[in-house]
Amino acid sequence: MTAEVDAFVASHPLFAGLPAGVTSEIAACCRTVAYGPDELLLVEGQPADTLFLVQRGRVAIEIHGADRGTLVVETVETGGAVGWSWLFPPYRWNFDARALGPVGAVAADATCLRAKMDADDEFGRLLVTRVAGVLLERLQATRLRLLDLYGADRAG
Amino acid sequence: MLAETAAAVRGRPPLGPEPLEPVPHRVVGCRKETDDVTTLSLESLSGATPTFAPGQFNMLTAYGVGEAAISVSSSRREAGALRHTVRDVGPVSAALCRARLGDVVGVRGPFGKSWGVGEADLATGDVVVVAGGIGLAPLRGAIDELVHRPDADGGRVFVLTGARDPSQLIFGDDLEAWGRAGAVVAVTVDTAPRGWTGHVGLVTSLLGGIDCDPGTTTALICGPEIMMRFTAKALVDRGIDPRRIKLSMERNMQCGLGWCGHCQLGPYLLCRDGPVLPYGGDVARLMTERER
Ligand SMILES: Cc1cc2nc3c(=O)[nH]c(=O)nc-3n(C[C@H](O)[C@H](O)[C@H](O)COP(=O)(O)OP(=O)(O)OC[C@H]3O[C@@H](n4cnc5c(N)ncnc54)[C@H](O)[C@@H]3O)c2cc1C
Ligand code: FES
Repeated sequence: MTAEVDAFVASHPLFAGLPAGVTSEIAACCRTVAYGPDELLLVEGQPADTLFLVQRGRVAIEIHGADRGTLVVETVETGGAVGWSWLFPPYRWNFDARALGPVGAVAADATCLRAKMDADDEFGRLLVTRVAGVLLERLQATRLRLLDLYGADRAG
Repeated sequence: MLAETAAAVRGRPPLGPEPLEPVPHRVVGCRKETDDVTTLSLESLSGATPTFAPGQFNMLTAYGVGEAAISVSSSRREAGALRHTVRDVGPVSAALCRARLGDVVGVRGPFGKSWGVGEADLATGDVVVVAGGIGLAPLRGAIDELVHRPDADGGRVFVLTGARDPSQLIFGDDLEAWGRAGAVVAVTVDTAPRGWTGHVGLVTSLLGGIDCDPGTTTALICGPEIMMRFTAKALVDRGIDPRRIKLSMERNMQCGLGWCGHCQLGPYLLCRDGPVLPYGGDVARLMTERER
């Protein structure tokens, strides 16, 4: 872990404001990674072993259906995070995540994070609360998109 | 409800035949924006182009079919024909979308309150414009004037727009032109096929990527009512004064003149007091109240 990674983790919106001791513990599980355009960060069905904090670029969360081709259901940009299935058994990815151009990220090793959560309840509570905040935001956004607002809309 | 209606229609303009009579206009341009959205350019047969302010609407008549409220989508910076961008959702809008060059369409208006572009509170400061789907139509003229404000005193314009998928995005040329003119333009879609390299997600998710100054920001929002509600809440959470958040509210319009009460929203008749209203005050509450 470098001081740069430490500083990035502490300032990332997912973890900003947490005690320095906690963000250093998270950063100790992290390394920097880079992906070229079209490269997969994670693959549906594979073990969920990483949390990605996006430093630059755009990542597409995709799903493939034989009848509908590949659909992008969400994109995550600089300051966002990719990969939540590492937190819940059976620890497998449910979607693909693909770099839409050059992507730089800080990748946290999930086994390392889970071990620290098991060992330290307060660390675990803080981490889960932050992750739950993002999941709530995404759930609300997904509910609104389910309404197909524009499809039914006549506003103008 | 009855008391509100009585209060709302008080002060209505005197009855007279003229505003109820559609003025015949010739279709001089038809542009297909998406599979179900068409922009019509209309010129009055008498040659006179009515003045309007962005955000106002006209009642358009498809002769033999009926009348519908359609916002003016022209910019006052464009000379000539009056533009309206119509989504085919029912009999009148379908007939308007089918109109061909040379056809005649009736126009009554313009009606209602505008976005207030050109007035003091929008002359300077940051402006965040958020549009969903065809909601970009009534904002088009406002954005065009805002990005060309003569002396914005450092105020920036952010244009955030969302659509169901890339094929439903309208005004692509305008979005590019506004970006070239200095606006920060961001586009998102609800879902996209592979190959789309832009943003995918709710239009509110674009707000996180902009750095407007909450103290000077005015926001203009038009789109599905639920989208407007969530966008307005997100802007308030960012510290923007609810009175500086303007929404274009929509209800079924008939007379357009504050006479019939069809467009009532609480104490407001939207054809007269709206369609543009501030989110602050009672609109935030009215948006969550169930209609009885
Ligand atoms: C101020 C204002 C500005 C508008 N600007 C535009 C514009 O720029 N472009 C555009 O395409 N449309 C605009 N509209 C919407 C347009 O006026 C309506 O879609 C109109 O009802 C179309 O008429 P129609 O005969 O085609 O469909 P209708 O037969 O009126 O409607 C078809 C179906 O939609 C339902 N419906 C009608 N009105 C509403 C409503 N308000 N909310 C929910 N469901 C409804 C009907 O019950 C019917 O089932 C605007 C509306 C207002 C009030
Ligand atoms: S009062 Fe008749 S449409 Fe508004």
